[in-house]
Amino acid sequence: MFSLEGLTNSLQQWLNAHFSSTWVLVIESLLVILLAITLFAILGLVLVLMERKVAAHMQIRLGPNRVGPMGMFQTTADTLKLIMKEGLTPDGADKFLFNLAPFVVMIVAMLLLAPIPFAQNFQIWDINIGVLFVSAVSSISVIGILMAGWASNNKYSLLGAMRSGAQIVSYELSAGLSIITIVVLTGSLQLSDIVSSQQNGWWIFKGHIPAFIAFVIFIIAVTAETNRAPFDMAEAESELTAGFHTEYSGMKFALFFLAEYINIFIVCAIGATLFLGGWMPLHIGNLEGFNHIMDYIPSSVWFFGKVFFLIFLIMWFRWTFPRLRIDQLLNLEWKYLLPISMLNLLLVTIMAIMGWHF
Amino acid sequence: MYTETQIVHNNTKTTVDGALDGTGEMVINVGPQHPATHGVLHLVITLNGETIKKLEPHLGYIHRSIEKMCESLSYRQFIYVTSRMDYLSSHINNHACALTVEKGLQLEIPPRAQVIRVLMDELTRIASHELWWGAMAMDLGAFTPFFYAFRERETITDIMEETCGARLTMNYMVPGGVMYDIHPNFQRRVKDFITLFKSKIDEYNDLVTGNIIFQNRMKGVGKLSAEDAISFGCTGPVARGSGVKSDIRKLFPYEVYDKVEFDEILETEGDSFARYMVRIREMHQSVRIIEQLIDNIPEGDFQAKTKAVLKLPKGEFYTRVETARGELGVYIVSEGGTTPYRIKFRSPGFSNLSALEHMVVGSKLGDLMATMGTLDLVIPDIDR
Repeated sequence: MFSLEGLTNSLQQWLNAHFSSTWVLVIESLLVILLAITLFAILGLVLVLMERKVAAHMQIRLGPNRVGPMGMFQTTADTLKLIMKEGLTPDGADKFLFNLAPFVVMIVAMLLLAPIPFAQNFQIWDINIGVLFVSAVSSISVIGILMAGWASNNKYSLLGAMRSGAQIVSYELSAGLSIITIVVLTGSLQLSDIVSSQQNGWWIFKGHIPAFIAFVIFIIAVTAETNRAPFDMAEAESELTAGFHTEYSGMKFALFFLAEYINIFIVCAIGATLFLGGWMPLHIGNLEGFNHIMDYIPSSVWFFGKVFFLIFLIMWFRWTFPRLRIDQLLNLEWKYLLPISMLNLLLVTIMAIMGWHF
Repeated sequence: MYTETQIVHNNTKTTVDGALDGTGEMVINVGPQHPATHGVLHLVITLNGETIKKLEPHLGYIHRSIEKMCESLSYRQFIYVTSRMDYLSSHINNHACALTVEKGLQLEIPPRAQVIRVLMDELTRIASHELWWGAMAMDLGAFTPFFYAFRERETITDIMEETCGARLTMNYMVPGGVMYDIHPNFQRRVKDFITLFKSKIDEYNDLVTGNIIFQNRMKGVGKLSAEDAISFGCTGPVARGSGVKSDIRKLFPYEVYDKVEFDEILETEGDSFARYMVRIREMHQSVRIIEQLIDNIPEGDFQAKTKAVLKLPKGEFYTRVETARGELGVYIVSEGGTTPYRIKFRSPGFSNLSALEHMVVGSKLGDLMATMGTLDLVIPDIDR
């Protein structure tokens, strides 16, 4: 079977044969950093283009179709434009925090790429507390947003940042609780363990209805956490023009924009890993022939297929629903999602203890 | 005298002080350039957190002194300027002016022209409500409806282009009738449009009206009681959403409105959702009017015989019509010359805007957009 494992193993052997162990570590770190940044850039370009194409087709238009074949280089051209633009810092802004904020947001997004299993045995850092790491690090991005909102010295930004703060902190609870349901079922915080526990079926199927409820809550919560419509209170362009990044321009704005899309990718990757089996192919019971064919599809294709399906779902939300009001948004979390996910966690725990899941 | 940097510095200081002066209130400008105001309306809002404490509309950013300009234009010419007031119902503006001039001249309008005028008015009303529907959904954060609304609106503008030669500012109605006869394709294309539109309006309801988020955003928001609607001088769908009978087409029928069957839409809740439903249901009524008239356009002249230079007798003339936004009144004072001595337009948007503060104080910033969207403000109509 085609796998990236062979590639990484032979690379490591070759490095070990030619360099001392310290240099091997340095070179491998450099390679990983380079790969992460490349992935970061490519994902940004692809996802922005995907969003524009998805939006266009939902809105009976064609979308970008002039730059390159089918408009494929549109986002590249846009990025080039943003790089060339002047990065303005407003006069009354807190210059240090203002310039730091986009980097905080972006570094958080980059750190989150580390524990995600992209394919079979292809993972930057198989940390044994992977799930905890993801929940913990993803919370830091709210600090970057608050910094941006406060340092801009703009009232729209301030309001947007405050909204965003309230929203992300609230919705993290539901997202965390629905992640914990899978941890309870698996009995491990390590993402590679969680994936391998789904060899005989994805958790969304194995965990009965509670796992499905957890999945739905997870999707709602992460849509809110990434500040996407219908929960885009932090930007709410009809109310706050552009929310926390009103004052940003040029590449600093692009970093926020990029980080938003990378965050979508990451939460969808986590969702796919926890609920949809990560890179595991789809297997149906005893259909040997079908399962065999599914095995021939490379694991990375499975992983990215699932992730992009979830991303498509989240984009679909954005171009269909109107925005919630801030109090309705918080009511939804504290009065509905949080109690439901707590009860759901209880159900899952009972299920896991009694061994009722497959 | 301040130097430039001092001014900037002082502004900065007030911003921070305003947010931290202990009252927790801060002043925020929505507009004149803002995505939600659909034009150059400037709202100065005092916020406490997210709650609106005070709202003050500032007008005049697009004041072109149309009323003053009209004083130096002849009775044939001034009608064209009025297309630029409420540009979404330019036919109806022209209609009101033509009616006033005809009232002064005591002209009899040929029946064919009357029916054509009503048809054009109702098509304009549908087009205007379509644009409102899309723009309002966009205010609430849903982008897609805008494109769906424009798809059907495009058909109407195509029909207009064929007959009137313009897509937005038509200038089709003149004193004595209409400028040209309708295009030979007019009847067929309008009938095609009606068939298409009837199926699409259900799509609108599926996409937006039935949406739970949308209903939560609209219901109970921007309440306006019937008494307040009257005292603020609200007209059109805004008043009818509060249960005030205010349809000029029913109360003071002009042209052939007394001969066609249609209902005045009334909702009693007075919230944003009621105003929304009034407009959606009004589109159905406009379709009804068009259906009754489109096959019954009488033969004959499309314009009455008029003199080359129109002179209104000395006196005051007032007419009102129902635009897509409410009651438009045209008041002309004539000294007997070729130009009006004074002219005044009573525009619906101005009065409807005056109720905005009353409707939104105490609610959240997001409610402002839901309320302002259903007022259907066209800023050039307010400023003129």
